[in-house]
Amino acid sequence: MWKRDEAVKPTSGPATSTGPAVQSQFSGASSASQPEPRQLSGRDIVNIGKSVVIKGELNGSEDLTIEGQVEGKIELKENVLTIGPNGKIKAQVFAKALIVLGEVNGNVTATEKVEIRDGGSVDGDIVSPRVAIADGAHFRGSVDMQRRATTPQATPPQQRPAAQPPAPQTPAAQVAQPATR
Amino acid sequence: MALSDLFARRRKDDADGADGPVQPTKILDRFLAGLGGRQQPVLLDLGPVVGPNVTFFGEEVGCKILVEDLSKDIDRHVTQGKLEELPAFFDTRFPQESETIDGILCWDIVDYLDRPSAERLARQLKRVLRPDGVLLAFFSTADPRSSAHPTYTKHVVVDRSHLQYRSYTGTRAKQRPLLNRDIQRLFEPLRITENFLLKSNLREVLFRKPGAAAKAAAAGG
Repeated sequence: MWKRDEAVKPTSGPATSTGPAVQSQFSGASSASQPEPRQLSGRDIVNIGKSVVIKGELNGSEDLTIEGQVEGKIELKENVLTIGPNGKIKAQVFAKALIVLGEVNGNVTATEKVEIRDGGSVDGDIVSPRVAIADGAHFRGSVDMQRRATTPQATPPQQRPAAQPPAPQTPAAQVAQPATR
Repeated sequence: MALSDLFARRRKDDADGADGPVQPTKILDRFLAGLGGRQQPVLLDLGPVVGPNVTFFGEEVGCKILVEDLSKDIDRHVTQGKLEELPAFFDTRFPQESETIDGILCWDIVDYLDRPSAERLARQLKRVLRPDGVLLAFFSTADPRSSAHPTYTKHVVVDRSHLQYRSYTGTRAKQRPLLNRDIQRLFEPLRITENFLLKSNLREVLFRKPGAAAKAAAAGG
């Protein structure tokens, strides 16, 4: 709490991750910024800063926090994907767990859980055994919580068009609240 | 957590109406019974997305849930001054194939619609509902115009026999209450299988779409 500035300050320099890095096959990155790896609590967490735009496919085996924009496809089948308050995703997402504080436009498949927190927005279909949607979250689409979702399907559900503008963002201080169940 | 954070959170909860009254419901259990026997029933929820409801219907009942929040559509038409376009909007609002939905949670959305809009919405709901599918709807019987500020209600499932009513600010007030006969005509050929008038002046109605056999019998007769 008292060292919030230090906690959120992005690190610079080469990756310090010990595990395999997040790989992206993208084009048109609009910033010189690179994905910013950090180690918190002994666990690898990679952060994609808010000035980064990725178009293409994003794969990896580390937990990932996205504050920037990603269009295409994201696969973190064994890891937690967090879409930060500034994150804007227009992609199909496959992850072990997904936590949404920003905007996701696309279908989501999670083998463990999906959390849409206060201020978070999802336009798309969710397949996950557990789904938690907080008060103040925006969601439009379908929720399929059947256990058969434990392995992502080869043919993901059909992409839904976004018919409505996403819900307005709330301040970052509010979106950090845990989801109400 | 700092004390100020606690107070801020409490205020937010109050503003959201998170502590709404819990009322008994007779219809929800019947609605769930009407879905019985289907492998993975598909539900269409016309209310705002509510986390506990997703958990209840998804995890406990095993439904696939489609959330189509119509209150946002109403708000958008009101704020843009295009309320007269709402009936035509409903004609294309639902992308679902015909007869693909096992159950519809209509809640009290019809109370906020004028007659043409209600008729067009009902037409679409009847279209997407499967034969033998069920539709749950609430209708107010009290004069709504006495309330100064329009409010909508989130219906939060507490359990099979209780709902929590969380009010939140809306842009459109409830319209004139529908009479029983109007309700029946609005959703024909759906049949009213349950009809309860609660002490809160709320009418809970469960509709069922006639099955193929019933349709054939009716056509033959």
